[in-house]
Amino acid sequence: MVGQDLIIEPIKYRVPLSKPKKGVAGKTGFWRTERPVVDKEKCVKCWLCEIYCPVDVIRVEPETGPTIDYDYCKGCGVCSNVCPSGAITMVPEE
Amino acid sequence: MAQTKPRPPLPYNMRDIVLPGDAACPGCPIPMAWKVLAAVFREKMILVIPACCSSVVVGAYPGNSIKASVVHVAFASAAAVASGIAEALKRRGINDVQVIAWAGDGGTADIGMASLSGAAERNHDIIYIMYDNEAYMNTGIQRSSSTPYGAWTTTTPIIGKTEHKKDVARIMIAHGVPYVATASVAYPHDFYAKLQRARRIKGFKFIHLHAPCPTGWRFDPKYTVHIAKLAVETGLWILYEYYDGKIHLSGPSRPYMDPAKRKPVEEYLKLQGRFKKITPEKIEEIKKYAEEYWDWIKRHM
Repeated sequence: MVGQDLIIEPIKYRVPLSKPKKGVAGKTGFWRTERPVVDKEKCVKCWLCEIYCPVDVIRVEPETGPTIDYDYCKGCGVCSNVCPSGAITMVPEE
Repeated sequence: MAQTKPRPPLPYNMRDIVLPGDAACPGCPIPMAWKVLAAVFREKMILVIPACCSSVVVGAYPGNSIKASVVHVAFASAAAVASGIAEALKRRGINDVQVIAWAGDGGTADIGMASLSGAAERNHDIIYIMYDNEAYMNTGIQRSSSTPYGAWTTTTPIIGKTEHKKDVARIMIAHGVPYVATASVAYPHDFYAKLQRARRIKGFKFIHLHAPCPTGWRFDPKYTVHIAKLAVETGLWILYEYYDGKIHLSGPSRPYMDPAKRKPVEEYLKLQGRFKKITPEKIEEIKKYAEEYWDWIKRHM
């Protein structure tokens, strides 16, 4: 039958679909010229740095305070600018 | 020990959807806004992105920097494709996924205006978010119709733009859609509340999001939030919602209805390199325009 050849099965596995993945632009930590350093004594755990972080690398837990993933932090300095207690300072990278 | 405090939705719900290592410039407001979207919808959103910075930010094949479905479409067709997807989901009985058209100011105010107007008129069940970085940043800072008065761009290099910003939010209110709002990346809680209200409303929802671009506006990346806040505090950017036929002024903008409480406009302009050559007469013109806008708000409240 000629007609049967025309019925096309939906292609499921050959379509070039992008998959969610960490680091599509590589390790963006290499872009950094200044490194954010947290003073955990001053931190009031208000979550503002985590909420505003454009790269989603900061995690603030009430017990441990903020931790930053330096592999992907681009060093934009938004966290140090929004911090109400001045606990984050930008230190130049060597 | 029992859990004493409830965990706030910001930041706990926004975690792990926007993945680190995207291709945005440092200090970019786009992933900041996506994190708020993630707090509301988690993975249950389909982003329709025309040609704009965001299509670069999500990254190239085989990666994708956001854990949600992304559809890349041609420049003018964001609203048309989004309405098609929304209709298809409705026919298949899928109710828990939100279709979001996410376009820049060029893809909304200039090139995508026709399809946006069509989708609004047909009242499809989508959220259209226009993130407004006030020029064509992706292609090299060309002037768009959303660029403010007096701003430098590469196509208005000497005296700056001589026309005022096209106000898309008011155009959408004129379409009679059920929900229109303005938001700012500096107020994520306000943006979150607006998205929560928008998801409960059936029909076409439009949100105009103010997003300062460090590269195109010529400022230090760390001031992204600071400048977005100043735009609200000087009264140049007004946060409001429109529903039930009335304007509802949002919390962050409420104190600035009184001109005496606003910060001087110069404070906002002097931080940005694009307003370096602005003259005092042009600043007066910007103030006059803002005052007219406030009058319009007061009349429709």
